[in-house]
Amino acid sequence: MTQQQTAGPPSAGHADLAEEFLDRQTPLSRIRNILHRYPAVSPALVLLIAVVVFGLLNDRFLRVENLSLITQQVSVVGTLAIAQTLIILTAGIDLSVGAVMILSSMVMAQLAVNNGLPAPVALLAGLVVGLAAGALNGFLVTRFRLPPFIVTLGTLNIFIALTLLYSNGATVRGSAMPPLLTWTGTTFPLGPVRISTGVVMMLLLYIAVAFILGKTAWGRHVYAVGDDKEAARLAGIPVSRVLMSVYLAAGAVLAAGAWIQIGRTNAASPNAGVDLNLDSITAVVIGGTSLFGGRGSIWGSLLGALIVGVFRNGLSLAGLDVLYQTLAVGVLIILAVSIDQWIRKVKS
Amino acid sequence: MTMTEFTAPHVTTREPILRARNLVKTFGRVVGLDGVSLDLYPGEVLAIIGDNGAGKSTLIKCLTGAEVPDTGELFVSGQQVHFKRPQDARVHGIETVYQNLAVSPALDVASNLFLGREERRAGLLGSVFRMLDTKGMRRKAKEELTRLGISTLQDVTVPVENLSGGQRQAVAVARAAAFGSKVVVLDEPTAALGVRESNQVLQLVRDLRDRGLPVILISHNMPHVFDVADRIHIQRLGKCAATITPQSHTMTDAVAIMTGAATA
Repeated sequence: MTQQQTAGPPSAGHADLAEEFLDRQTPLSRIRNILHRYPAVSPALVLLIAVVVFGLLNDRFLRVENLSLITQQVSVVGTLAIAQTLIILTAGIDLSVGAVMILSSMVMAQLAVNNGLPAPVALLAGLVVGLAAGALNGFLVTRFRLPPFIVTLGTLNIFIALTLLYSNGATVRGSAMPPLLTWTGTTFPLGPVRISTGVVMMLLLYIAVAFILGKTAWGRHVYAVGDDKEAARLAGIPVSRVLMSVYLAAGAVLAAGAWIQIGRTNAASPNAGVDLNLDSITAVVIGGTSLFGGRGSIWGSLLGALIVGVFRNGLSLAGLDVLYQTLAVGVLIILAVSIDQWIRKVKS
Repeated sequence: MTMTEFTAPHVTTREPILRARNLVKTFGRVVGLDGVSLDLYPGEVLAIIGDNGAGKSTLIKCLTGAEVPDTGELFVSGQQVHFKRPQDARVHGIETVYQNLAVSPALDVASNLFLGREERRAGLLGSVFRMLDTKGMRRKAKEELTRLGISTLQDVTVPVENLSGGQRQAVAVARAAAFGSKVVVLDEPTAALGVRESNQVLQLVRDLRDRGLPVILISHNMPHVFDVADRIHIQRLGKCAATITPQSHTMTDAVAIMTGAATA
C-alpha cells in the first residue's frame, strides 16, 4: 500500500494477475478462507472431536451428570473469557481479570456478611468495584497510552493486594451468606440434566455480548479499533471512547463472574482463581480470537472454555495425572496460535 | 516568495466552498506548514502537488480535521470552522481518502463503507436494541458501488483484506464519494494502482466534479494531475509556491516550481 511508483503498464499486468490469482484457489486456501471468515469453526471442530474421543475412551464421560458438571466447571472461566474477548478484540490483553473478579466477590461477600448490608446492595457494590477496576485499566490505557499488557500487569498486583488487605486473607463461607449471593450455585432440572443458575447466567451474557458485538455499531467499532486503530480514527470512530467502554463493559462482566464464582465455590476466597487470568486467555485464544485484535468471535471463546473443560475432565476420567491436563492445555494453546497465524496469511 | 494566482475562468465569480488562510502547523521544531492559503471552488478539481516533505499531507490533514493547525483560519461555504477530529470535517461534508487507506481490513466492504456512520434498524429494534440494519447497508453499498461504476466489487460481504489494492482503493473512494456532500479529498488515490484501475479512479474524479462536487487531489503522478485537474496548487518547503493551471503551465514547469528551479 505504500507503493509510491507511478502506475504503468507493468503494474496493470500485476493487478490483473493478482485478481486472477485470487480466483484460483487451492482446496487448502479455500479452507483457510472459510476459517478466516468464521473463526468459531475450528474450535467447534476441536470440541466435537474431543467430545467424541473422550466419549469413546470412557463411557462415563458422556453421561448427562458429567456433561452438566463440565458446564459448571466452565462457568467462571467462561464468563471471564467474555471480558477477555472484548479486550483482546481491541488488540489488548487483560491480565487482571481474575484479580478483579476475586476482589469484586470479596466485596460482595464481606459487605453482606460482615457489614450486614442487604444482598442486592452487596451485589451492586461488587458491580461498582468491577466497573471501577475497568475504568482504571481503561483510563491508563487510553489517557496515558500505556500498553494494556503493562497496565493490567500492574493492576493485577494492585487488585491482589487490595483483596488481601480488604479481606485480611479470610475466606467467607457460603453458608454465612444470604441466599441471593449463592443463588448462582443453585441448580434446577432441565429434562435429564441439572443446570446451574450460574451456567444460565453465563450463557445469557454470551448471547447479550454476541448480539452487541455482531449487531450494533459499537460492536463493529470494537472490531475496527482492534483491526487498525488509525484507520478507525480516520473513519471517524472515537477510539479512546470505544476502548474505555470496552474496559468498563469487561469490568461489569467480571462482577457477574464474581457472583457466579461465589455460587460455584459456595465461598468467597481471596486466594481463589490464581489460574483464572491465564485460563481466560487460553479460552479466548483456543476459541480462535486473534491476539493481534480485530478478529474473532465471542462464541469461539465459549467453545475455547468448553474445550479446556472437556480436556481437563476427559483426561482425568481417563485416569491421567493432572500434569497431563496442563500439558494438553499447553499444546492446545500453541496449536491454536499457530492456526491463527496460518489463517491470517490470507491477508497477504 | 512571489506567488501568482491563476484561476480557471469558469470559477472566478463563485464563492469558494473551502477556504484556508495562513495555515501554520509545526511538529516540534519541524515546520510542516508555513502559512498556506487555499481556495476550492464548486465544481473544480484542485490538485496539490509537491516534493516529499513539502507539506502536502499536513495540509490535507489540517483541511480534514486529522490534524489541528497551530494558527490559521478555515472556512466552509464562507462560515468559519474549527476541525478538531475527522468527524468535524465530515459533519461539514468533507470526506477524505487517506493515503494509508483508512479501511479496516477484517471488516467487509459494506461495513467499511458505513464505518463510523452505521445505520440502525427502524422501530424498537433500532432505537432500544440499537440493532444495525445490516441488510439495508449492504443493499445501499451495492447501489453506491454500481452508481460509481465500480464493477469489480459486487460482493459487499467480502472482508476488505481479501481484495486487491485497486479494489481496496475503490472501497475507500466510494466511501468518500458516497458521503461527501461538499468536498472530496483524495490523497494519492492512484499510487498503488495499475493503469486500468487508475483510469477508473480518474474517471470517478471527473464524475464527482461533473456532479458539482469539488475534489482535492494529492498526487505525485504528473500525467494524472494534468489529466484531471482544473487548477494545481504547488507546495514547496511548507509553503504554496504557486497555483497554476494545466493550460498556463507545462508539466516541466510544474516540476521546476516544485523543486525550486523556477518560480511561477
